[in-house]
Amino acid sequence: MSDSILKTPEHTVPTAFTRAQLDWLPWLEPLAVDAMTPRHQASLVDAARVKSPYFRLLARDPDALEARTRTDKDIFYNPDGGLPRAERELAAAATSRFNGCLYCASVHARHAATYSKREDDVQRLLDAGVTADLDERWNAIIAASVALTATPSLFGPEHVERLRRAGLDDLAISDVIHAAAFFNWANRLMLSLGEPASV
Amino acid sequence: MSGTDTDVIDALVGITPGSALDAIRARRPEARAHAQATYQALFAPKDPGNVSASERFAVGAFVAGLHGATAVAAAYASGAPAALKEAVDTAVKEAKTHGPYGSYTPGPLSREDTPGPVYRMEASTRRALGPRLAAAFEHAHMLVFHPRDAAPAALQALLDAGWTTTDIVTLSQIVAFLSFQIRVVAGLRTLAGRA
Repeated sequence: MSDSILKTPEHTVPTAFTRAQLDWLPWLEPLAVDAMTPRHQASLVDAARVKSPYFRLLARDPDALEARTRTDKDIFYNPDGGLPRAERELAAAATSRFNGCLYCASVHARHAATYSKREDDVQRLLDAGVTADLDERWNAIIAASVALTATPSLFGPEHVERLRRAGLDDLAISDVIHAAAFFNWANRLMLSLGEPASV
Repeated sequence: MSGTDTDVIDALVGITPGSALDAIRARRPEARAHAQATYQALFAPKDPGNVSASERFAVGAFVAGLHGATAVAAAYASGAPAALKEAVDTAVKEAKTHGPYGSYTPGPLSREDTPGPVYRMEASTRRALGPRLAAAFEHAHMLVFHPRDAAPAALQALLDAGWTTTDIVTLSQIVAFLSFQIRVVAGLRTLAGRA
């Protein structure tokens, strides 16, 4: 019976934002690996994602999943100019911190720390929240991500100006917008289809 | 929407070929193409399954309305049945608030808990929309404004209203994708100086 709520196995619920690896437990039944058609498998984009219950659950709508993943990869991995990878991850982590997605924040805070080598600053974002005082460039990226994440959006010309003063060109500002906007997509799926668990 | 081949984000931002924003979007060609492909997958799907076009566009209009994104809401409302338009508008008026708010699992983060409304639709609006769409709107409100309050009970309410597991994945993608699309449109309009 696939149309019922899953009972999650016994687990420890994380109660603080962390850069540690977390697990994610689905509340709805992912596709069984041996029930996946070639279309379902292709929608994972990376074949290794067949191990992830999150992606096997989203594979129930394969066209939406595949397009989601290809959008995600270009926003975060495209190396052609714009915002450095570390700061795209920072925008993702700040958005996740503000929306309250512990799982997404853990992954992208880890990436932000790895690519920037600024573990302490990233940890302060997790511990103190989005008003943490880091440096002006990071503060500006976090403030812009948070303003865009509010519903309705509070993102205005003052955020664009502050990012420009911090040295971002328009492509980099567009990358901040896309990274924060994308995590408003990702956070809502992660938060509502299952829950994080400490490993 | 004026057909599903038009790039929706370009149209809603007002991006014209050869403009500065056209050049910026061209530097992220996969993101541009697949944001549009997601729109097509969710609003003009090859295999719609159990989720009708009317339901998809009605949810789209409601979610954009909750964001106060007037032009985006009008675009989605144009794909929803005329008979539902008034009920969608009424639901937006009933449900509109400010987010994100919600509660964390009890612990150190509880000091950040922010109270806010849980949307329960008025009976007359519920009658106009029907139980399936009413449940979808109540869920969409949670996803839009207080996603950290998500819990299995919210999914059970959708199952009880006739949404299957696969339908819930599609519904969740519609709300979550729109949360992205609306912010890209708002952000790029501001960047172009036409907020």
